[in-house]
Amino acid sequence: MFESLQEKLSRVFRNLAGKGRITEKNVQDAVREVKLSLLEADVNYKVVKEFVDGVLQRALGEEVLKSFTPDQQFIKIVRDELIRIMGERNVPLKLVHRPSPIMLVGLQGSGKTTTCAKLAKYLRKEGRNPVLVAADLYRPAAVEQLVKLGSQIGVEVIHDNNKTPVEVVRYAVERVKDSGKDVMIVDTAGRLHVDEEMMEELDRIKEILNPDEILLVVDAMMGQDAVNMAKTFDERLNLTGFIVTKMDGDARGGVILSIKYVTGKPVKFIGTSEKLDGLEPFHPDRIASRILGMGDVLSLIEKVERELDQEKMKRQAEKFLKAEFTLEDFKEQLQELKKLGLTSVLEMLPGAPKIDVEMSEKELKKIEAIINSMTPEERRNPEIIDASRKRRIAKGSGTTVQDVNKLLKTYEEMKTLMKRMKKGKFRIPFAF
Amino acid sequence: MGLLDFLKRGLEKTKNAFFKNVVSLLKEKSIDKETLERLEELLIQADVGVATTEYILQKLKERDGDPFENLKEILLEILNLDTSLKIPDEPPFVILVVGVNGTGKTTSCGKLGKFFIDQGKSVVLTAADTFRAAAIEQLKIWGERIGATVIAHGEGADPGAVAFDAVSHAVAKGKDVVIIDTAGRLHTKKNLIEELRKIHRVVKKRVVDAPHETLLVIDATTGQNGLVQAKIFKEAVDVTGIVLTKLDGTAKGGITLAIAKELGIPIKFVGVGEGEDDLRPFDPRAFVEVLLSE
Repeated sequence: MFESLQEKLSRVFRNLAGKGRITEKNVQDAVREVKLSLLEADVNYKVVKEFVDGVLQRALGEEVLKSFTPDQQFIKIVRDELIRIMGERNVPLKLVHRPSPIMLVGLQGSGKTTTCAKLAKYLRKEGRNPVLVAADLYRPAAVEQLVKLGSQIGVEVIHDNNKTPVEVVRYAVERVKDSGKDVMIVDTAGRLHVDEEMMEELDRIKEILNPDEILLVVDAMMGQDAVNMAKTFDERLNLTGFIVTKMDGDARGGVILSIKYVTGKPVKFIGTSEKLDGLEPFHPDRIASRILGMGDVLSLIEKVERELDQEKMKRQAEKFLKAEFTLEDFKEQLQELKKLGLTSVLEMLPGAPKIDVEMSEKELKKIEAIINSMTPEERRNPEIIDASRKRRIAKGSGTTVQDVNKLLKTYEEMKTLMKRMKKGKFRIPFAF
Repeated sequence: MGLLDFLKRGLEKTKNAFFKNVVSLLKEKSIDKETLERLEELLIQADVGVATTEYILQKLKERDGDPFENLKEILLEILNLDTSLKIPDEPPFVILVVGVNGTGKTTSCGKLGKFFIDQGKSVVLTAADTFRAAAIEQLKIWGERIGATVIAHGEGADPGAVAFDAVSHAVAKGKDVVIIDTAGRLHTKKNLIEELRKIHRVVKKRVVDAPHETLLVIDATTGQNGLVQAKIFKEAVDVTGIVLTKLDGTAKGGITLAIAKELGIPIKFVGVGEGEDDLRPFDPRAFVEVLLSE
């Protein structure tokens, strides 16, 4: 996410770092580079203009703070301006009614149907009891798609292929009224903002639903037209916010920097993976840090807290400290790490090494296979693994003896580390 | 309706929003700094991209004479690539359709099928998108609608196997065209690109020079990422052409100019509406004529 923008900006900052002080000339150059990288990132032309004007004004007007180097000062200014444009904090959903209707709208192909399911899954984790409504009756098999996704996450889907979208919604409102469901997520058909007839349909659905949230789903790969589209939808429907999808490609995501500024409505969520738990609340301040290569440790911690089995982690941490950590525990940790997704963890760590994620994922699989091929006894006491056992394990896991040796060595190193920690020389940053 | 009229209709908004401005701009005055700056803004806002915009402006500055004619010429030069379809002497003509999520691949497959059926050809649609929920159903509905055979396995099946079956079926039954719909993939996912390569390989086992066309579907609203998409897909499976979809909104599809210039990949089809017949062969001359005509 934002890799190329991040890369380009860091080059700008590096260039400035070599300079003794901020001069008008080097600020002008830096600002031009920032402008180009933002345009390359699909940030809207007008927003870029506003943004660089803001940066330029402050960079040249700012009192030179002695404690900061030029690049630090410049980074701070860029960060402040980013936040000014994107908004500062996450704006959560406002679900006031019970059941609370949420309406998702957008162009074709922006990912509405998948996002509906992701949102349902997310809300359930938050302790809600959602139901999905399939009101896209135009795209062939859209209803089937939602029904399938619904059954994958165990959420009921209200649908009827023989009704019109408006009728389905009316019927759903009646059915959900006293059902104990507290959120009702309505998937609407994709449509162009210039299609008057289809936009009228949304007016009618909105009237029936009286939704607490009307969210426009926007594809992160969208170019300059994103703001026009967002504006038209907003003027028509008075949106409450946006969900930006497909942030896991190397989409530039410039739309995130543009739409809040142009419409005044916040981005509430971003879609970060094809998997159904790939929906995250959007935190502008953290994203600003991420864009500037400062990492996003807060989101990482939240993700860890949300996704991982806390009890298990605690138990393992204790074992770790007592230096009783076995290969069995090691395997459990790997599984937890896999749940989080290696890519997303690395992305959020500041200064994380640029490692080949797919290689590492393969590596993880290999390690798991090796441990799986061991007997419980071997996992508890790796010391008993001799040459013949190694050969058996390698065969069983489809790896080589070298691989097995490598794993055992890593494990030994970890154990040494643990012993030192036990003596109080280290503090554990995370449980893993 | 002639092709020109058809394109005109679909591009009406594009023209109004962008090129009409250009025309009035260029017709008013000769090229000065201010004009160039406004032109830059217009090109960037059409998603043409920084590099290609700079290239176009540079070229424009170098040329004497009517700036309007010059701009037309420059755009034409960029777009003027071979757009013909590589139809083999012996059927089946195998088309692989690829692209990222949500660009309209499945719909384009249906419309492409219609295009060939209208020419009296027999068409096999292939559901090799076994990942997205209900993609197979979507293609089956298209098959019924346009009267094409649909070859599909279950959800989660091996896409390579489906493609192989479809091509085998076409060979055995003497079908003319095989259109293979693949899963939408974010091109950053190596495995999915690998899967695509495999389909490419497997198809060759049945028909040696297949796929004859590998079409990348790009959505007209796509920003600069479109160029990266084209680059990576081209490396993976040798893209032979672009299908530019959703040109009926306010988006300008200018990224295709960058793709044509940087990678030499021609646009082969444009989709300008939601009807079955709204996919037409792309003609760069007509395209530029329409874009710049008043």
